[in-house]
Amino acid sequence: MSIDRRKFLGVAAGASALVLAGKASVDALASGSQPKQGGSLANTRWAMVIDPAKCLKDKGCTACIAACDKVHNIPDFKNPKHVVKWIWKEPFKDAFPEQEDEYTIEQYKDKPFILMCNHCNNPPCVRVCPTQATFRREDGIVMMDWHRCIGCRYCMAACPYGSRSFNWLDPRPHIAHLDPDFPTRTKGVVEKCTFCEERLARGEGPACVEACEAKAMVFGNLDDPDSEVRQLLKARFSIRRNPELGTQPEVYYLV
Amino acid sequence: MRDKGLIFAGLVFFLVLITFPVWYDLAAGTTSKGPDPKLPTAEKDCVAPLEYMRTSHMDLLLSWRDQVVRQDRLTYKAFDGKTYDMRLTGTCLKCHTNKEEFCDRCHTYAGVAPYCWECHIDPALAQRSRG
Repeated sequence: MSIDRRKFLGVAAGASALVLAGKASVDALASGSQPKQGGSLANTRWAMVIDPAKCLKDKGCTACIAACDKVHNIPDFKNPKHVVKWIWKEPFKDAFPEQEDEYTIEQYKDKPFILMCNHCNNPPCVRVCPTQATFRREDGIVMMDWHRCIGCRYCMAACPYGSRSFNWLDPRPHIAHLDPDFPTRTKGVVEKCTFCEERLARGEGPACVEACEAKAMVFGNLDDPDSEVRQLLKARFSIRRNPELGTQPEVYYLV
Repeated sequence: MRDKGLIFAGLVFFLVLITFPVWYDLAAGTTSKGPDPKLPTAEKDCVAPLEYMRTSHMDLLLSWRDQVVRQDRLTYKAFDGKTYDMRLTGTCLKCHTNKEEFCDRCHTYAGVAPYCWECHIDPALAQRSRG
């Protein structure tokens, strides 16, 4: 053993300096080799503006619901206990229970309103999901990763809007026309509206918006001051469902 | 050698018994031949080299899944510079049109049951359910 204390310290210091330098360069490489994609999402906040007055003109119309059912392979279980719904109708008094003033809302009181997932800015469903199967994208869409859903239904308990449905049975046999472009779900999985993110990715608008002949639904980017949704919200007064809960819904109803 | 008959009969019985798996397989018609997936004839290039796809297509698909669903990345740059949409039905099954003769043959042989198809739809199946 010819190494003395002085030499040993020198070698040790050199080695640790090398290790640190190596780690720094590896870190730099790792961050450099993975450029942050999805820049288009960052400047986007998707929202829906619904004009109930236009929608209610044709009272029996279910074009938006039918369009959604078709493109998303939504099953029809017949049994109301098992219903799976992404977009649906509810009487005003049930959709907006906090609007108790019965005179000003007289014209709407028993009229059906179009409801869907509100894609909240502060989504309680995302907070409770134990597997991060549901998460909020940068563009505001509250997304579902059905691969990860374990069917615990915490999100259903957390959602104050009843926007989520559970597949109590295998949905496949209950789908009238299978569309191979979109997956079905499986038994034991929660599903809901995703603002047609698969269509947005292709540059198309949501299926319900396109199906609405009365143009009662407008979809757009709230981060763009010139967008139609921003213009509408600027020009007219709007209400959101249960705003007092602090969930910050992104579906607006013009009044 | 009074028990000659008994001994030889016993030996034959023992040999038959110990080689039973061989007889059984011959009778059942099983072979040691591997699976025979039917490759597409129209298209020659896949998203990755054959060897990689053969051993690791499941890893590739899982990575595609996470990128599309969770990271909003939709296209895949292949090893040969081509870009593909990361879609199971839209991209993979566009060339591998027959799931039964391609996916299922190996999966059945290997005894694996991937649950992709519980949700993702084989276009041929959709066609049959419609027609």
